[in-house]
Amino acid sequence: MLTVLYALLYYVAAIIFVVGVAKRVWEYWKTPQPAVIPTTPAPVTRTGVVWRMFKEVAFFESLWKSNKWIWIFAMMFHLSLWLIIIRHLRYFLDPVPTLIVLAQPFGKYAGFFFVLGALGLLARRMFVPRIRYISNPSDYLMLLLFLGIGLSGLGMTFVSKTDIVGVKAFFLGLMTFNWQPLPTDLPVLVHLGLVALFLIIFPFSKLVHAPGVFFSPTRNMVDNPREKFRPVPWLPPVDEVQYDPPHGS
Amino acid sequence: MSELDKNPEAATDDVPPEAQEDPLYFAWEPKEGASAHIQSFKAAPEFQEPLGYPGELVDNWKEVALAKMEELRGKFRSFRLFLDICVKCGACTDKCHYYMGTSDPKNMPVGRQDLLRSVYRRYFTLPGKWFPQLVGARELTEDVLEEWYTYYFQCSECRRCSVYCPYGIDTAEITMAAREILDSVGIGMKYTNEIIGKVFKVGNNLGLPKPALQSTLEDLEDEIEEDTGVRVRLPLDEPADILLVTPSADFFAEPHIDGLIGYAKVFHATGAKWTLSSYASEAANFAMFIGSYENMRRIALRIRKAAIDLGVKRIIIGECGHAWRAAYQFLNTLAGPFDFLDPNYPVPQHICEYTWEAIQKGLLKFDKSQNDHLKVTFHDSCNVARASRMGDYPGGQFEIPRNIIKAVCNHFYEMPEDTIKEATLCCGGGGGLLTDDLMELRKKGGSPRMKALKQATEEYGVNKMAAICAICKTQFSKIMPMFGYGMDDIMSLHQLVSNAIILPGSEQEKELMEAEAENAGENAGEGEA
Repeated sequence: MLTVLYALLYYVAAIIFVVGVAKRVWEYWKTPQPAVIPTTPAPVTRTGVVWRMFKEVAFFESLWKSNKWIWIFAMMFHLSLWLIIIRHLRYFLDPVPTLIVLAQPFGKYAGFFFVLGALGLLARRMFVPRIRYISNPSDYLMLLLFLGIGLSGLGMTFVSKTDIVGVKAFFLGLMTFNWQPLPTDLPVLVHLGLVALFLIIFPFSKLVHAPGVFFSPTRNMVDNPREKFRPVPWLPPVDEVQYDPPHGS
Repeated sequence: MSELDKNPEAATDDVPPEAQEDPLYFAWEPKEGASAHIQSFKAAPEFQEPLGYPGELVDNWKEVALAKMEELRGKFRSFRLFLDICVKCGACTDKCHYYMGTSDPKNMPVGRQDLLRSVYRRYFTLPGKWFPQLVGARELTEDVLEEWYTYYFQCSECRRCSVYCPYGIDTAEITMAAREILDSVGIGMKYTNEIIGKVFKVGNNLGLPKPALQSTLEDLEDEIEEDTGVRVRLPLDEPADILLVTPSADFFAEPHIDGLIGYAKVFHATGAKWTLSSYASEAANFAMFIGSYENMRRIALRIRKAAIDLGVKRIIIGECGHAWRAAYQFLNTLAGPFDFLDPNYPVPQHICEYTWEAIQKGLLKFDKSQNDHLKVTFHDSCNVARASRMGDYPGGQFEIPRNIIKAVCNHFYEMPEDTIKEATLCCGGGGGLLTDDLMELRKKGGSPRMKALKQATEEYGVNKMAAICAICKTQFSKIMPMFGYGMDDIMSLHQLVSNAIILPGSEQEKELMEAEAENAGENAGEGEA
C-alpha cells in the first residue's frame, strides 16, 4: 500500500518538478531584456561573462562581498547539497560509476554540514532583526523542510540503518516501471516524503533561484551597449518615429 | 580641529547618532515607519498628461495597475525574474544609504522590493493565490498604492544593492516598474514629471530657451577671455564635428558652470570643432527614473535629431551620472543605430574619455600648482560606477576620472575603500529625488557619504570633493553645509581641469614661461657658483 502511494507520489512529484522548472526556464528565456543592464564593472566579452557567472554560482562572489556570515552558511549548505546529490546518484544507477563511489565518504558526511548550514541560516533569520523583518512563514518552513530532509537522512545513515538495498530497488523499479516494495521504516518514509514535497514546491517558490540566477541580466549580459545595437523589441523602429518640434515653432 | 567643527550650526540631530560616526553604519534594529512621513509632492494633471498618463487616479485603478504589472513582466525579464528569485537571504539589507540614514526597514532593498512582490505574489503566483499568509502575499488596495508612492520615491535607483545580491537583483528595476505602474493609474511625481514635460516643450530640464542659452554662452566666453586673454568659443547650433550634450545645470549654476568652462577649454586646446544644441540642450533623461521607455526614447530622440541636423561625427556627453547611464546603456538602444556617425568613436562618448585621450596624446598642458590649495577626493556617482563604463575595459569609469584628477592636481586622496568605486554611496539625491519636498530624506540618505568624506578630511585634510554628476553636485552643495562643509566644497571634475589648463597664447602661458625662464636663470647661476 505504502509502496503504491510513494510510487505515485514520486511520479507526480517528478512530473511537477520537470514540467514546472521547464516552464519557468521557458518564461525567462522568452521574456525580452530590452536594455543592456549588467551591474558594472562588467565583462566586455562572452568569455568574461561565463567566468563572472562561474564565480557567482560556484563561489557566491557577490555574497562574499556582502556578508561573510551568510556566505559561510550558504556555502556550507550548497556545497554539501551538491555532494549529497552526487552521492545519491548511486540509488538511481546500476552499476554505480567509480566517480560516485569515490564521492561516497564525502557525500555521507556532507549531511552534517548541510544541517549545520541550514541551522546557521535559520539562526540568522530568527535572530538578526533585519532578516527577521523580511522573512515570511514560507521562508522558515523552507529551512525546516531542509532540516527535516537532512536529519531524517542522517538518521537512516548513522542511527537506525535502513534497508538501503531495498530503497535502491524501489527507485530502479520506479524508473523501469517494474515496482518493487519500499522498506517501510519511519526515517525512510519521512525522508522520501519530504524530498517529494521539495520537488513539488520547487517550481512555485523561491527555489527557482537555482535556474533563475543564470538568467539574471545584471550578471549574464556582456557590457557592450555602445558596440552592439539592440533595438527595444516592442518599440517601433527609429525611422518610423516622430520627433518633437523645436521650441517656438 | 577639523573643518567640520567650524560650523556648530551643522544640524544632524535627525540622522541617527550612530550613523554620524560610521559611514557604513546600519541599524541593528529596524525602526518600522521611520520614514513613512516623507513623501514627495504628487503631480497635478497638467504635469501628467504631456507624458501620456492620466491626470488623476483612474476609477478602475486596480485593473489598470494589475494589467500594467502583467504587461511589464512580459516586457522585462529583469522585472519578472527579480520578483521570482529573491530568497530573502538578507545580503542587501544593510546596503542602502536610505536605510542607513533612516533605519526604516522598507528602505532595505528587499523591503522595498517586497512592497511590490507581495502584490505580485497575490495575483500572479499559485502559492500567493492559495496561501497568501504563508508567502506574505497581499491584496492591492489604495493604501498599498500610497505606500508604493512613498517608498518607491525614497529609492535613488543607485544599484548599490545589486552589487551585493547573489542573484544580481537590482532594486532600481523594481522601482522603475513601480513608478511606471503608479503613473499609469494617475499617480505621478511632480518633480520628475514636470521636468520631463519641460524637455518635451523647451528642450531642457530648466526650461531655458535658445536666447537664454545664447546669452549665457556669450557671457562665459567673455569671462574666459577676461581670465585667460584667450577667446574660447562656446558654439550653439553651429555645424561641427562634435555635438556636446550636457546637463542643463551646466548652463545655470555653480559648480556646474565651471565644468562647462572646463570642457570648452579642453575642446579649444585640442582644436576641436564642437557645438552645443538648443534642441538637445539636456543630457539628463528623467524618464529613466520613472521607468518609461516611451518617454525616455522621446528625450533620447532629440539627441539623434540634433546630431543629424548639425551634421556631426561624434556625440559627447557632459558630466552627469544618470545622463551617462541614459546615454551609455540606452541611447543606442532607444535612438540608434547611429551608423551616420564616425565609426571610429564609440557612441556616445563621455567628456572624461575625450579629455583623458587628449591628455594621453599630450595635447593639453597643465600647471598643476594652480590646484595646490586643494586637497581633493573623488565621489563616484552611482550610475557612472554601476551602470556604465568609460574606455574599453571594465572599471575604466573609475580610473579615467581619477587619472584626469591626478594629471591636474597634486593632492588627491581616496575616501574609505568600501564607499568608493562599485561600492560607492549615493549622494542621496539621485533617481529623481532632488526636490526640496524630500529634503529630510536627501539629508539622511546623504549622511553615509558625508561620514565617509569626514573620514577623508580627518585623515588627509581633504577639503574638496570632485564629482561628475549634476545631481550629485546640486545635492552636495545643498547638504554639505548641514554637515559642516561649505556649499562650494563640491566641484566639477572639469573645474579642476579648467584651473590647471594652460591655453596656448594665454596669460597663464606667459606667466609660466616667465617663471620657467627665471628658474632656468637661477639654476644656471647656481651652476656657475
